[in-house]
Amino acid sequence: MLAILDYEAGNQTSVRRALEHLDIPCSVTADTAVLDSANGIVFPGVGAAGQAMGALAAGLDASLRRAVQTGKPLLGICLGCQILLEYSEENNARTLGLVPGVCRRFADNMQQEDGSPAPVPHMGWNSLRVRTESLLLAGISPEAEFYFVHSYYVAPDPAFVIATTVYGREFCSCYGRDGLWAVQFHPEKSGRPGLILLRNFYNYCREARHAQ
Amino acid sequence: MLSKRVIPCLDVREGRLTKGIRFSGNEDIGDPVKSARRYYEEGADEIVFYDITASAEARGIFLDVVERVAEQIFIPFSVGGGISDAAQMRDVLLAGAEKVSVNSAAVQNPGIISEGAEAFGSQAIVVGMDVLAVPVSADIPSGYEIVIHGGRKRMGIDALAWAKRCQDLGAGELCVNSIDADGTKDGYELTLTKAVVQAVSIPVIASGGAGEPRHMYEAVSRGGASAALIASIVHYGTYTIRDCKEYMANRGAKVRLTW
Repeated sequence: MLAILDYEAGNQTSVRRALEHLDIPCSVTADTAVLDSANGIVFPGVGAAGQAMGALAAGLDASLRRAVQTGKPLLGICLGCQILLEYSEENNARTLGLVPGVCRRFADNMQQEDGSPAPVPHMGWNSLRVRTESLLLAGISPEAEFYFVHSYYVAPDPAFVIATTVYGREFCSCYGRDGLWAVQFHPEKSGRPGLILLRNFYNYCREARHAQ
Repeated sequence: MLSKRVIPCLDVREGRLTKGIRFSGNEDIGDPVKSARRYYEEGADEIVFYDITASAEARGIFLDVVERVAEQIFIPFSVGGGISDAAQMRDVLLAGAEKVSVNSAAVQNPGIISEGAEAFGSQAIVVGMDVLAVPVSADIPSGYEIVIHGGRKRMGIDALAWAKRCQDLGAGELCVNSIDADGTKDGYELTLTKAVVQAVSIPVIASGGAGEPRHMYEAVSRGGASAALIASIVHYGTYTIRDCKEYMANRGAKVRLTW
């Protein structure tokens, strides 16, 4: 069973619907006992870093830390991807620090490759440049595009970068290592490639559990 | 680089499409959920549902449609039609829509834009603008006037001034519909599209007039729009979404071709 961390972050319902569509057992929960017993945790999020850290302070942050320490698979999505790092320029917030790196705001007045303006937020479909092979992206076409909505971008330790995306600048859109992953885009709103990614995460969780 | 989006628009009345949609194989589908599913599978980047229901009772039926759509399609979709306050916005967002679209209600009460943006974020608020070409005057210096109620009522508001105001109030996106071009299949009103694109920095969706893929290409190239809204061009099986996108890609527009 996958636990979808419920901290009133906005998109947990979309994530649940996508997992249910894939027949993946899941539960939207803020119960630390359920989080501790799950095969893996999906850590979604839409909103602001400061507010999210406040909502996590009630003990959910400790569950996330425990998950990472014990090797329980974790997938951060969008805001979840941003606050796994150490610091966010959004609200000048100290964040979870489970992966080395920071989250920064896109500059104003950026341009796209064709010279057209690249306003913030970065909203719409964009592609990935895969830098490191990852189980998370297995079976996904290199041409696949994903749906993004964000004003801040992550800059993790380069050793963790799995894929980048270009919008005004090149930024990290997927990072992690086996069992601890994060994506800036919304796999639950990215059509079939996004569903494959969620399925890959679940398959990894099941195998990780069998290995224990 | 961001892809230009192709967005089919579905009109729903009392839970059914106002006109059945003819997909390849000549299958006529009147169920908005099934049609949305087909467009999702055929490569739509987003889908717009427009509720033309009048009664409060049918409103509930529509919300049920939104919820069933959210269970079956995994791309963003937006919902418009008759939304006039934050509570109604909340209803459709909770039912699973990514964005809500306001049109006449925003012209009559612009505060609804900022209210929505503060409560749900700018990315969730689309303002639909119906625009009529008129003689240039002191009140309408651009020669484009905002109209409401499907074009029946002229509002004496300049479309470019209104577009900027919507952006200032927190709209995340504008859907600019030319009343003159709507239904003609002669192409979008590119002068209008381009003028709005240049007036604001938020994404602009071109609407009204698409009759062939070339028009969609023109909207995103010459018009500078971020997306092209389409209806009859795909609803009657004349073109598939892939046909439209391949045409656009062959001319050099970046579109999403893998799904």
